[in-house]
Amino acid sequence: MQNHPVYTDNDPQTEYSTLNLGPTHPATHGVFQNVLTLDGERIVSGVSTIGYIHRAFEKIAEHRPFYQITPLTDRMNYCSSPINNMGWHMTVEKLLGIQMPKRVDYMRIIIMELARISDHIICNGVLGVDTGAFTGFLYMMKYREDIYEIYEEICGSRLTTNVGRIGGFERNFNHILFEKTRKFLKEFPVALKEFEALFNRNRIFVDRTKDVAAVTAEDALSYSWSGPLLRAAGVDYDVRAMEPYSSYDEFDFEVPVGTNGDVYNRFLVRNEEMWQSLRLIEQALKKIEKEPSDVFHADVPEFYLPPKEDVYNNMEALIYHFKIVMGEIPTPNTEVYHSVEGANGELGFYLVNDGGRSPYRLHFRRPSFINYQMYAPMSRGMLLSDAIINMSSLNIIAGELDA
Amino acid sequence: MSKITNEELLSSIKGKFDADVTHVSEPFGLLTLETSRERIIDLLTFLKTDAALQFIYLTDITAIHYPESEKQIGIIYHLHSLVNNVRIRIKVFVADGDVTMPTATVLWNGANWMERETYDFYGVVFEGHPDLRRILNVDDMTVFPMRKEYPLEDPNRVDKRDYFFGR
Repeated sequence: MQNHPVYTDNDPQTEYSTLNLGPTHPATHGVFQNVLTLDGERIVSGVSTIGYIHRAFEKIAEHRPFYQITPLTDRMNYCSSPINNMGWHMTVEKLLGIQMPKRVDYMRIIIMELARISDHIICNGVLGVDTGAFTGFLYMMKYREDIYEIYEEICGSRLTTNVGRIGGFERNFNHILFEKTRKFLKEFPVALKEFEALFNRNRIFVDRTKDVAAVTAEDALSYSWSGPLLRAAGVDYDVRAMEPYSSYDEFDFEVPVGTNGDVYNRFLVRNEEMWQSLRLIEQALKKIEKEPSDVFHADVPEFYLPPKEDVYNNMEALIYHFKIVMGEIPTPNTEVYHSVEGANGELGFYLVNDGGRSPYRLHFRRPSFINYQMYAPMSRGMLLSDAIINMSSLNIIAGELDA
Repeated sequence: MSKITNEELLSSIKGKFDADVTHVSEPFGLLTLETSRERIIDLLTFLKTDAALQFIYLTDITAIHYPESEKQIGIIYHLHSLVNNVRIRIKVFVADGDVTMPTATVLWNGANWMERETYDFYGVVFEGHPDLRRILNVDDMTVFPMRKEYPLEDPNRVDKRDYFFGR
C-alpha cells in the first residue's frame, strides 16, 4: 500500500508486529495516527498519517473578510489560542501599516504570555502523566483554569478566544482582570516551584526522559524545527528576540537553551520559559500603569468597528461601520509574511492580498506540522515507551497539525 | 537589525545568477525574487551553503494559483538566515499543464512534508521526492482543492439549502 522501507536483519526467525497507534489513543494528544512496525518493543519503522481534523482553513480564509478569519486562527493551536489571534492581527496590521499604541502592545504581551504558560502547563503536565505521574498535571490544571478566567474577562470565551480586533482589543482591561492577573502572579510561582520539585530531580522521571530522543542541532535545523524543541537542541532562535514584535524589545527576558535536545531538556526548557513568561507579565503590568488607561485600540476608524452607540447617533461612525462590514475599504495589493513565537515554535502567516476585503491567499506556517515530520524517522530504533514520551514532548496539537 | 542589507544580499545573488533572477521587490522589507524552475535548486544551494549568507533555515514552502496568468501556479520558498537575521522569499512560476518542480529535500529534510502539502493542495509534483503522496486530504481524492476553480462548498449538497438566510 504505502512504500516505506522495510528493515530486515536477514534472520528468518524475526517476526515483526504492526501496531496502530491512533488516531484515537490516550497517548496521542489529538487525532493523528502512527502505524508502527515493532520488533518486540523496539520500533523498526513508523508511518505517520495526519489530516483527521483538517478543516480547510486556508481555503475558507480566501472567502472571509480579515476580521472573520480570527476565529479560524483560534482553532489551530487551541491550547494557546490568543497567540494565534494576536499573530494574525499583527499580520494584518503590518499589511495595513497600522501603528499600535504602546498600551495595546503591553496588553497583548500579557495575554500572549499567559497563553504560553497555559500551553506549557499542558505539555509538561501531560508529559508527566505519560510517564505515570498524575499529580503534577492535576495540581497545575487549577492555574490553567485561572488563566481561562482571565481570558473570560477580556473576551468572554475560555478556550477558543477570538480575542482582540485588528487594531487592538474589543474592550479595555477591567480592574477584575488586573486583580486576577496579580493573584495569578502571586500563586502560580509557588505551584510551579512545587511542580519542578516533583519532577526535576525525580529519579524515575529523569531515568525515563534523560537521553531519550536526543537531537543534534544540525538535524533539528535541517527539519526546520522551531520553538522549545529547537532551543532544547541548543539553537537560541526565538522570534521574540530576533524580530521583536509588539514591543518585546523593551522587555528584559532570557531565552532558555538546552544542550542535547532530549526529552528532559525539552521539559526543562518549557519550565524555564514559564518563569520567563511570568517575568514578562510582571514587567508588562508595571509598564501599563505608566500609559493612559483608556487606550485599548489604535485610532484606525477604517478597520476598527466604531462602538454601537456612535453608529446609531453619529453619521461618520455609521458610514465607517457600513464600509467595514461591506468591504468597501481598499487594502494594499501586496504580500506580507509575519511570524510570532507560538508556544510550539515559529507561527507564521503568509498573506497575499489583492486589494479586497478577503485575502487572495493565506498560508499558515504551522510549527506542529513542521515539527512532527521528524517523528517517524526519529522513532526508528526506539523503544515503544520512549517513542510515546517523545511524542508528548513534541507537543503536537492536532488543530495546528492539520489546520 | 540584520547584519546584511537587502542590497548586499541582492548583489551577491546577482553576482552568481544575474539573468535568472527577476521581479525583485521588497514588500515590508523582505527581499522577494523570482527565478526559474531550472535554476531554483542551484539558487537554494547557493543561499544555503554560501559562507557569508548562510540561509540554513527553510521556513516554509507553499504555493499560489493565479488562473489568469500565463504561468498559473507559483511555488514560494521562504528562507531564513539565523546568523544574519535576514529572510528571503523566492518564487517560481510554472504553467498549468506542466506543474513539476525539483525537490528541495536534497537540501533540507524539512522540505518533505512541506512539499507533500503543496502537492496535496495544488498538484505540484516534486521530482525526486522520496514519498510524494497526499498528506492532509484523503488518499483517493482526485482534485487539488486549493486551486481557484475548486469551490469552497459542495454545490451538489441538497441538505443545506437555506431559503431564508441565503449564502
